[in-house]
Parts: sequence; C-alpha cells; structure tokens
Amino acid sequence: MDLTLSPDVIAFRDDVRDFMRAELPLRMTEKVRLGRQLVKEDYLEWHALLRQRGWLAGNWPRAHGGAEWSAVQRHLFDIEATAANAPRILPFGLVMLGPVLMAFGSEAQQKTCLPRILADDDWWCQGYSEPGAGSDLASLRTTALREGDHYIVNGQKTWTTLGHYANRMFCLVRTDPQAPKKQAGISFLLIDMDSDGVEVRPIRLIDGSAEVNEVFLRDVRVPVENLVGTENDGWTIAKYLLTHERTGIAGVGFARAGLAALKRIAAQERDGAGSLAENALFAARIARVEIALMAMETTNLRVVAAAAAGQAPGPESSMLKVKGTQIRQEITDLIRRAAGPYALPFQADALAPAGNTAPIGPEYAPAAAPQYFNNRKLSIYGGSNEIQRGIISKAMLGL
Amino acid sequence: MDFTLTETRAMLSDSLRRTLQRGADWAALVDLGAPAALFSEEMGGFGGAGFDIALVFEELGRACAVTPMLDSCVLAGGLLADCGEEAPVAAIIAGEAQAALAHWEPGSRYAPDPLMTVAQPMGQGWQITGHKAVVVNAPEAGLILCSARMPEGAAGLFLLDRDAGGLDLRDTPLMGGGTAAEIDLRAVPARLLHADASSLIEARIARAALAQCAEALGLMQAIRDLTLDYLRTRTQFGRPIGQFQALQHRMADMLIEVEQVRSAVINLAGQIDSDRVTRERHVSAAKVLTGEVARLVCEESIQMHGGIGLTEEYALGQRAIRLSMCDHRFGDIDHHLARFTELGRLTAETAP
Repeated sequence: MDLTLSPDVIAFRDDVRDFMRAELPLRMTEKVRLGRQLVKEDYLEWHALLRQRGWLAGNWPRAHGGAEWSAVQRHLFDIEATAANAPRILPFGLVMLGPVLMAFGSEAQQKTCLPRILADDDWWCQGYSEPGAGSDLASLRTTALREGDHYIVNGQKTWTTLGHYANRMFCLVRTDPQAPKKQAGISFLLIDMDSDGVEVRPIRLIDGSAEVNEVFLRDVRVPVENLVGTENDGWTIAKYLLTHERTGIAGVGFARAGLAALKRIAAQERDGAGSLAENALFAARIARVEIALMAMETTNLRVVAAAAAGQAPGPESSMLKVKGTQIRQEITDLIRRAAGPYALPFQADALAPAGNTAPIGPEYAPAAAPQYFNNRKLSIYGGSNEIQRGIISKAMLGL
Repeated sequence: MDFTLTETRAMLSDSLRRTLQRGADWAALVDLGAPAALFSEEMGGFGGAGFDIALVFEELGRACAVTPMLDSCVLAGGLLADCGEEAPVAAIIAGEAQAALAHWEPGSRYAPDPLMTVAQPMGQGWQITGHKAVVVNAPEAGLILCSARMPEGAAGLFLLDRDAGGLDLRDTPLMGGGTAAEIDLRAVPARLLHADASSLIEARIARAALAQCAEALGLMQAIRDLTLDYLRTRTQFGRPIGQFQALQHRMADMLIEVEQVRSAVINLAGQIDSDRVTRERHVSAAKVLTGEVARLVCEESIQMHGGIGLTEEYALGQRAIRLSMCDHRFGDIDHHLARFTELGRLTAETAP
C-alpha cells in the first residue's frame, strides 16, 4: 500500500497544469465556469490545442498516434483539465469508436477512420438508443437489410448527443430480424450523416439546452464495407464500447471542480450575520458530499490501479457509475440551493452561446438550476443506475 | 501508487484469517504475533504503521472476534510506547499484561475538554481525583492509564496505582461484547507519564479510530456474506429471494457503500502519520462514512433476513450489534461531521 504518486507521474501532472495555465483561453474557461453552452467551434479549438501538444488521444496507443497514457495519467489529466475549467474532450470518436475500430475494425477502416478522428476531420455521433430501446438496448428495431453491395437502413435513433454537428454516426442495427435471441442479429455500422434519408431533429430539454437529437433513417443506403466486425455479431462490439465509455465514468474531475465551486458560492452567499458556509446545517451537507468524494476518489484509483495491472474494467465500473453520479447530482443540488432565490429567474440568454445579457443576481445564478436539471441525466445515461445495480448484483454478488 | 499489500502483510493477514476461522482465543493471537504487529520495531514489535493496524483489525472484524487488542495495544499500549515505557509494552506484546485508557468522562460525550478529573502533587508523586466513563477493558487491565488536568491546566497522562486505595471500578458488559468500567477516583496515587499529553492522546485516538473503522469494515463484509448466502438459499414465492430485484438492488447499494468504507480506511491508514489537520480530517471522514454505512448495513441486512436476523442463535445479530456500536466510540457521525468542517476551515485544501 502506497498512496503517494511517483516522481514521474508528479512531473506529468505539473506539465498538464502548466499547459492548462498557458494554453487555455480565458473566454473558453469562463464559458465553462459559468455553465454557458459550448458550440462546435469551442470544442474544435480545444481539440486543436491538445492535438498540437500530442495530448488529444491520451487513451490511444502510440502506434495509432495516441499518447498511450497510463490509467493514472489519464486520471490526473482529467482532474487537472476540469480544475482549469477546460471543455470536455468529445468522447464519440476518441473514447467510443476509436478503441472499437482498433479491436474489431478492418485494416482499411483503421487506416481511413482513425487519422480522421485525430484530425477532427470527422465528427462522430452515437446511434444506440431508440424510442423503444433504452435500458433494453438489445431490443432495438432499426433494420439494415442487405441489397447487393449496400445495406438499406430504416428506423429511428434517439438521444443522439451533438448529432446536429456530426457528419458520421456509428450505429447499432438489426441485420437478422429472424435471429432466435434479440442480442443475436445485431450489427455495428458506420453511416454518413449526409446520406439521403438521414434527418436530424433537435430535442429540447427542460434546462433550455438542445444537446440531444432524434435521428430518422429512411431507406438510407450504406456501403457494406462500412460494417465493423462480423455481421450479426455487433452486440459483442456494443458491449465493448460501453465498457470503454464507463472508464472515467466516476467523473472525479467534474465532482472536484463542482465541490470547489460549491464551497466558493457558499462562502459568498450571505446567511444571517455570516455566510452560508458558516451555517452548520449547510456546512454538514457540504461535508457529507466531500467525505463521500474523498472515498470515491480512492475507490476510483483502486479500479484504475487494477485496470493498469491488466484486470479488465468489469463490474467495478458499475459501482463507480452509481457512486460518482450520486455525488455529482448531490453537488449540483447543493449549488442550486446555495443560489437561493436567485436560482428562480430563468436566464436562458445568459447561458446561450452568443448571449451577452448581464445576469440577474450573482454570476453563478443563471446556471444553478439548469445544471441541476441537466445533471439528472447522469443517472440515466450510459446504462441507468438501475441497470448498473443489476450488473453488480449479477456479476459481483452472483444473485 | 500501489494498492496491494506487501508480502509480509499479506502473510500476516492470511495467517490471522485462518487462525481466527479456527476460533482462536487471545493466547493464540498473541502467539501469532498480532499485538506485535501493532508496535514499531523500537518498541519491540514489527509493525505499527497505519496499514498494519488496518489489516489486523479488518480480520478481527471479519471474525467478529472480541479481544482487548484495540484498547490494550493500540490505545493504552500505544500511549505507553509514546512515553517510552518499554517494560509494560513488552508485557503487553507478550500477552502478559493488558491495558486500558481512562480518558472520557461522564457528561463529556466524545470531547473531554477541559478534563474535570484533576491531578495534584503529593510528595514525590501525584494523586488523581475524578470520574471516568465507560473505560473499555478496564476490568481486565492491570495497567490503567488516566488523563487528568494538571494544576496549570494542561492534560497530564498518568499510570494509576491499581492496588492503592481510592480506586473504585463498577464493571459492566458491553453491547457487542467486551467489558468496561465506570471509574471513581479519590486521591488515587499515580505515576506521571507525560505532563502535556493532549496531542499524544489525540494522535493515539486517531489510530484507535482507524482500528475501529477497519474492524467495522471486516464486520460489514462478514454481514454482507451472510446476507448474500441467505438471499441465495431462502426460498419464498417458489424461488430464492435473491431473485427479486428489490432485494438485488439493495444488496448492490450495500456493496457500493462497503467499498466506500474500504477506501476511507485506506485513506486514513495512508495519512495516519501526516500533519495533524490532514490526519484528523481523515479520521473524521472515515468515522462519518463508517458510521453511516454501519447503520445501512445493519438495518438492511436484518430487514432482508427477516425475523431470523433478530434471533440470538443466528450469526447476524451479534455482528450487527458490534458494528452498530462503533458509532458510540471516538465520536459519532454528527460529532465528526461538525469536526470535519471545523478542520476544513484550518486548511485551504479542498481535498487531499
């Protein structure tokens, strides 16, 4: 047992910290800090900065142009980036599709797709969920039927995050509707969003944001060479992708940054003769979530260390998903409550990408309630927390 | 960063678990060297680090063993070692003596400050007068250490003369096992060990809290395993009750929270020799989490068992009581929540 970081890991962390201080533009970090909506150009600018430094694909092997960071390095990068109010790195190409192509893609697919992900030539989105296939993902009904050299795709995908920016979508489709088990007969397909028959419609959420979309697919022709892996064996790939999606799912960086913001806000908010931070009841609420976070960070590192030692990230990531999202939701709830009456005004303009209205109340007020509502998604997406509990009871408890 | 046990510790943990499974008594644990694992080499032991304490007590908890280990070795024995008392420490390590710390007082709850028990000079020595509350292991202890307010106000640490007059012990068994005594002191002759011992005592209580949280972690795992077995074998409505989703999800939550406690114990063990504020913040963090999860595990496991969980003959009850009572020593959840915040004001750090 040794909780200290090795000197080379500390040097790496200091490099990352210096990079954030030197390279991140203030207008970008201010947007993140104040909870304003980011647009395509923000993400691309941030990616370009990382690409220049060779840090865009920390999780990729060097052979494919990645930085090949250890699990501990990835963890530290995440913490430093969120502490500096950096935008998030978009996961669709780098975290989701990239590893899938490396494991299951043909040589041609790797050669064409991977460099384009690294160069941000493609913006990928994820075609998994459907109106009738949420937690029960394997019941998906979008079909892809072979016709000569093409698949003809029909169906509907939903909750497609930032799909309105995407030019490509990786998609789960049903290639054998007659398969005896619903998990059989699914394939993993790459679709051009500018193909005829693809229509993207935004879904407006209760916080005023429009991050997610519906994607309608009507007689979309997809070349057969866009199939990843074996036909009808897409469920294996789907699960592989989900496991990768769940690494880093604990969201330690976000939670730390959120806690720091919460403490600043509580110190600034007046309560009687003192500050809200001095209110014993509110201070105890902050203490409880901080204590949970301190333990969760170590739980996360234990899983990270096991992953580094070669043990696959298995059901433990479900544990981190549940605990991590509980903590982040608790923090956004406390921030909302800390804002007090100034959480009430719905200040969509203050959060809009181009908005320049001065906020009513303190600068953190406009995002306080919207972020609380937005973060309800944390326990729903990436496999709802109920699905995670199911995985835990089956895989870790044998029930 | 490394979360694996060293080879020596893994061996100790292994042999402790096997010995305890055979139903080891105190003499067997002494033979195995368990007390020595809690003392540094300078004091005649072979351990004494945070992770030594954590592993010994996790195994004791897993076996639901009731021993004088915490009070005699970590708390009072540790203070004797701090004061350079080699002979009594050697006797404790050899299993020839037991010790107890009389520190907390009636009405002082978890923070006896200022001490109401007083020390007065008497010839070459001292006399102690006052009351000490729930002194765990005192009935078995030949060596009773006692804190008392010095004439100038500091907290002194004394070794009581057990056989002199004026010392009255009212013994009681404890919920969850073990014994304690209410101690009444009327001018009891005592030898001064340290004239300003408050930081020594606080640091030793930190180690005792670590021991207790680790023991709780072991108990939680034992209870989790018992409950899992029960869910797999108990049949109602024609199937094992572990097939019901309502119970599966509660079990999953229990598992998540027990792993949180493990992390808190690791954090505390790793910081037990850090500066005071860092160390004590981790003490409070571990005590809060352990207290909260102990309640969850006890209540949920009894509920999932049903009536059998409340019977004396079934293994769950005693473990649940011992686990629940952890919150009643060294400060409960509320005490440590407030303390965690207070300590946080002393540091600019948001997290370790």
